Amino acid sequence: MENKSMKGWLYLLPAILFLGLFMVYPLIDVFVYSFEEGYDFVSQTAEGVGLFNYSYVLHDPYFMQAVKNTFILVAVTVPASTVLALLISLGLSSITRLRNLFQTVYFLPYVSNTLAVGLVFMILFDKTDSAPGLINVLLSIFGVEPVDFIDGPYWAKMLVLCLYTIWVVLPFKILVLTSALASVDETYYKAARVDGTSKARIFRKVTLPMISPTMFYLIITGFIGAFKAYSDAVALFGENLNVAEMNTIVGYVYEVLYDEAGGGYPSFASAAAIILFVIVLTITCINLMVSKKHVHY
Amino acid sequence: MKITLEHLTKRFPNRSKNAPDVIAVNDFTFEIPDGKLVGLLGPSGCGKSTVLNLISGLLRATEGRIYFDDDDVTNIPAEYRGVGIVFQNYALYPHLTVEKNIMFPLENFKGADKLSKAEMKARALEAAKLVQIDQLMDRKPAELSGGQQQRVAIARALVKKPRVLLMDEPLSNLDARLRLQTREEIRRIQRETKITTIFVTHDQEEAMSISDQIVVMKDGVLQQIGKPQQVYDSPVNLFVAQFLGTPPINVFCGSIRAGKLYVGEEAILAAGDAADQEVYVAIRPEGFTVDENGPLSCSLSGVEIMGRDVSVVAGHPALDAGCVQLRAITPTARKLDDEAETVRFAIDPEKVLVFSRADEKRIPVALA
Repeated sequence: MENKSMKGWLYLLPAILFLGLFMVYPLIDVFVYSFEEGYDFVSQTAEGVGLFNYSYVLHDPYFMQAVKNTFILVAVTVPASTVLALLISLGLSSITRLRNLFQTVYFLPYVSNTLAVGLVFMILFDKTDSAPGLINVLLSIFGVEPVDFIDGPYWAKMLVLCLYTIWVVLPFKILVLTSALASVDETYYKAARVDGTSKARIFRKVTLPMISPTMFYLIITGFIGAFKAYSDAVALFGENLNVAEMNTIVGYVYEVLYDEAGGGYPSFASAAAIILFVIVLTITCINLMVSKKHVHY
Repeated sequence: MKITLEHLTKRFPNRSKNAPDVIAVNDFTFEIPDGKLVGLLGPSGCGKSTVLNLISGLLRATEGRIYFDDDDVTNIPAEYRGVGIVFQNYALYPHLTVEKNIMFPLENFKGADKLSKAEMKARALEAAKLVQIDQLMDRKPAELSGGQQQRVAIARALVKKPRVLLMDEPLSNLDARLRLQTREEIRRIQRETKITTIFVTHDQEEAMSISDQIVVMKDGVLQQIGKPQQVYDSPVNLFVAQFLGTPPINVFCGSIRAGKLYVGEEAILAAGDAADQEVYVAIRPEGFTVDENGPLSCSLSGVEIMGRDVSVVAGHPALDAGCVQLRAITPTARKLDDEAETVRFAIDPEKVLVFSRADEKRIPVALA
């Protein structure tokens, strides 16, 4: 018995070493940094311990802007992309002709480079002095005044960021949902049909519960992914996100960590990172509690 | 309710182009009398499930008509036909309790038929009592045994008081003992509700034991309809004779010559005034008696004693290619010497069937 558990630990050792060194230790370190006041990068010493870092971050208008942006992004893109992916998957599973073609088309964004595609989005939405941009040209057909989506009003920029994020996360969700729908036994549908069940009720009472574990997985990972958004905003609005009012929490952490001067403020960044961690943890716990009632394994 | 099928045909387009369509059901015409339990019987892939799906409306007929009493339901979709189906894998909704599963069909009622919650619960309980699962209403399907799940499936099919009950291989997922029990149960429920029931099976014993009528089919073509015993005793062709009965009937190549029935070169019975011809001679396992002076001589392979039955396994040069060895069930085998190399049988003429070698149809011969 003793021998056996020794062997077990031996096998686990490489993983424990690597995870401990590169994941657990930094996590603890971030937690410690976040309470160290006046941390000096060069001498690697702190003046004291306290909550000043948190207070500073929470009073920083840039951080509050980033929190606001991140929450809007999460609240819009997670439900929208999940519902959209579900609709598209339902459509895909109910057609036979051209199904493979559409599946490939919907999957393409997944294998494209997000930064390159961000550039394309920027070109589509951008309005310069010489050209209104393709989207504005299309909008003008319906009599809408041209809007500068990249350097213009806040809502326009947020709209583009949300659209882009949805577009980026959609393929994976479609892929997962299509296979979840395909794995529902055909007999359930036959049984429901013979009992005179309407299409809407079949979807609500049979399909949805059957794929609920997959939906739950997508929603949780969707929330976490959206809270950690950063590269999408950079792809659209460049690195100077604070000026563009389009920063996200992760973007804020990154910017505080590497100041233009070179030094940066790791304590403030750590505090912001811990706040993000608490937010994600809370949301995930709420998700788990809600799912107990609605997810059927 | 009476069900009438008229020239019912179902063709599926072939997967590869230019190949002919697959005919799953070919020109089916028969009538199922009101309140009877009918077993649809045939080997795997013979189209019996397709017939069931056509009756339920889950599939559309290519040709022919289906009547429920005098109503032509051929073009009525499944949801309006008022049929209840029990599927082979039960198809119980895993996320709903037994009660919710049984209530599911009732919740679909619309307009004047709409039931109150209390009425639904009462109807569900009534159906559950009929199949004796009223103690399990709060369980989820995963918490039930196979037999209990089967009962829930039957209750769900019956709760809306369907005009027809269809069962697709209802016993295939149960173990042998439970299968025996459940088939009696199905019989009892059918008798109590007097609902016209069609059930599909590939197991001839199952079909023979509980059906009022059996319908034997092969390759989408109807072979024979009748009371189980009647079909067993006088099958119309060699296929039906071979399909019914365990162990299967023993088939020999033989002939009728000068009023005698020959198996190989041995004349076994008098054949009356039948014309001379090449035939198949099929003898039920219970038609053999060990007899030193019997007309049929076989090479003995062994004697198998299995509880109640004693069977003789033997070889004969005239056996048809499909039968490797002949199997005779007879109590007289007990006196056989296990070491003997040959065994002679007397044949009971009542258990012998003669089929034409040309088209495998039954030839009426007065054997003695």
